[in-house]
Amino acid sequence: MLPKDPLRRVLYIDLTNRRFWVEERPELFAENIGGTGVASELLKEECPAGIDPKDPKNPIIFAVGPANGLFPIASKTVSMFLSPHNRLLGESHAGGRSALALRLAGYGAVVIRGASEIPVYLVIEPSGVKFRDARGLWGLTVSETGRFIRECEGGSGLRSILRIGPAGEAGCTFSCVVAETYRHFGRLGLGTLFGAKKLKAIVIYGKRALPVKDRKLYRQTYDEILQKLRETPSLRKYHDVGTAVNVIPLNKLGALPTRNLKQARFEGAEKISGEYFAQNLLGRRLACTHCPMACIHLAALRTPYEDEPYFYKTTFISYDYEPIYANGSMLGIDSAEGILRLLDLIDNLGLDAMSTGVVLAWATEAFERGLVSKEETLGLEPRFGDVETYLKMLPLLARRANDFYDALAQGVDFAARRFGGEDFALAFGGNEMPGYHTGYGAHLTHLTGSRHSHLDSAGYSYDQKLPREEITPENLAKKLYAEEVYRQILSSAVCCFFGRSVYNYETLARIFTVSGFEYSPEDLERIGEKILKRKYSFKKERGFALKKLRIPRRILETISAQGKLEESFFRQALSAYEKLLEGGQG
Amino acid sequence: MGRLKVVDSDRCVGCQLCMFACQRRSGTAGLAQCAIHVRSRGGLSRGLTVIVCRACEDPPCLAVCPTGALVKRRGGGVVHSPKKCIGCGFCREACPLQAIFWNDETQKPVICVHCGYCASYCPHHVLKVEEAQSAT
Repeated sequence: MLPKDPLRRVLYIDLTNRRFWVEERPELFAENIGGTGVASELLKEECPAGIDPKDPKNPIIFAVGPANGLFPIASKTVSMFLSPHNRLLGESHAGGRSALALRLAGYGAVVIRGASEIPVYLVIEPSGVKFRDARGLWGLTVSETGRFIRECEGGSGLRSILRIGPAGEAGCTFSCVVAETYRHFGRLGLGTLFGAKKLKAIVIYGKRALPVKDRKLYRQTYDEILQKLRETPSLRKYHDVGTAVNVIPLNKLGALPTRNLKQARFEGAEKISGEYFAQNLLGRRLACTHCPMACIHLAALRTPYEDEPYFYKTTFISYDYEPIYANGSMLGIDSAEGILRLLDLIDNLGLDAMSTGVVLAWATEAFERGLVSKEETLGLEPRFGDVETYLKMLPLLARRANDFYDALAQGVDFAARRFGGEDFALAFGGNEMPGYHTGYGAHLTHLTGSRHSHLDSAGYSYDQKLPREEITPENLAKKLYAEEVYRQILSSAVCCFFGRSVYNYETLARIFTVSGFEYSPEDLERIGEKILKRKYSFKKERGFALKKLRIPRRILETISAQGKLEESFFRQALSAYEKLLEGGQG
Repeated sequence: MGRLKVVDSDRCVGCQLCMFACQRRSGTAGLAQCAIHVRSRGGLSRGLTVIVCRACEDPPCLAVCPTGALVKRRGGGVVHSPKKCIGCGFCREACPLQAIFWNDETQKPVICVHCGYCASYCPHHVLKVEEAQSAT
């Protein structure tokens, strides 16, 4: 690491005693790079064994890496914590502006300890931390919170505003933290932990200069990478139609989970496709800071006020493939406008859009089957495709209105344990299912991934690109393991995973050189494996075991794009994956 | 001499690649020495504003500089001499566009030199270098 690089500075914030201090930890970064690598080590140091996720001792950790502020598409911040949702490893990455703001404020990582007695928000600046009274903001929606803080604090264009909504305050376990209105630390309940700590928001501001080892080499490497990013065809689709471009191809494959995965094809897919959104609703496109892709697509939704003629409001709502799947096909909704109304409310309550859709889908099927009645639903009758009823259920869920909604607010695993219906409770490792029923690869990623996220090792992609004969339990486990190892380095840099085709091990080693880190591609692979095993140990110490994982029966019943899936294949692959994780020195 | 022009800020997606490009001219990364600024118009849903020196023919910043650190640039705008500059910040106050930025590390203003380096990195043609009529 270069002598003047502020990446080494770890900012500690104690919410209980309203103190902060900085520790210089160059070796922490030299050994773990940044991002996921550093955050996982800090989590190991900070999080005691055996605590409840809502215990004030559960830390919130943010980390960035050497590539942030230096190279394009290195636009993400990693957060880590003990997850209030699945009570295992909480790890969530967000785009927006926070990575750049934190790096340019002069910090490599932030550790937030303790809990505040009254609602507060934090302002993180180069000179330190300000604690602000947030009592007047408590209870406000995500967009209202953003609006007030935006006007109170300076630094527009050089800051990030992270905030939670009412769901996080109420303790719904899959609450998210929203960054810059349209990006999220979405999964595994970071927003819940903010709420438990009475932390309503964090503003981060910074604009400092960062040193490079060799200015000529820096510019040359930068230009080469940017050129490659612009020329990569697979990135073009995110740039044009956005991630929602996946709706139609996945539907054609028979891999689009529909009506709680009772089907894998949706007859209304065309009407909720990326193309439909782009042609009829796309109002603006945005980029995360320092990313040329501009994959953020905002729909302009014009809605009339019912009580006065010629009185409208126009709302900009971001959409992506996953929220469309979870709150579209999964709920049998074939109206793009209907999906947007749901997403707008979900965002404002501060819920994770993916878990929310899957939870509502489970609730609908549970109601259909008579596992719950109108008594539990407080008079509502959820039916697939019925947007209006879902809009009424969301606030009840977010405030945990009764025993039933309280169960929903803790995810489908919890709700199914309480009310039955585990066979169709679509969660893996306690995290609700992403939108891929492509075959063994996808579900193995959901099962084995350290975050139980489709992004951990992208099995959905292996399902589509591997020749049939190569799809064996051992081979798939090996491929997904190698992919997950590699992604630890990407998320330690911290690069957006959309840049993966450009940032291979060799390129990553080269860009780290510019920051004075001397790693060979082999070193990086070794560090990646070390990080992955460390995350696995964290989970194992908290009772996690791959062989104990519940495989929802529904994924075996509904034919996937690869045909019918067998439990025995999954069990063999899980045991192969476990061997890889357990092998060698962790 | 050319001048940098914001062609259409409604095309801006807020990636700030222009800002990072401007900083790279100084041979470093980050944003401390950046003479162009992109920010939202009060929330990203409202779109973005791109703020940069317009290269005024009769620059108000020049008029208030007490040390002669700003001299008229051919083609409009000013050239800043850090050696003469005492960092009083009057120039920043005088600019009605708020297009003079501040380097917290050097405590000196940062003013666009209209080199056009940023424009070559803009992915969406928000910026271009225009050949201006000679001011002389």
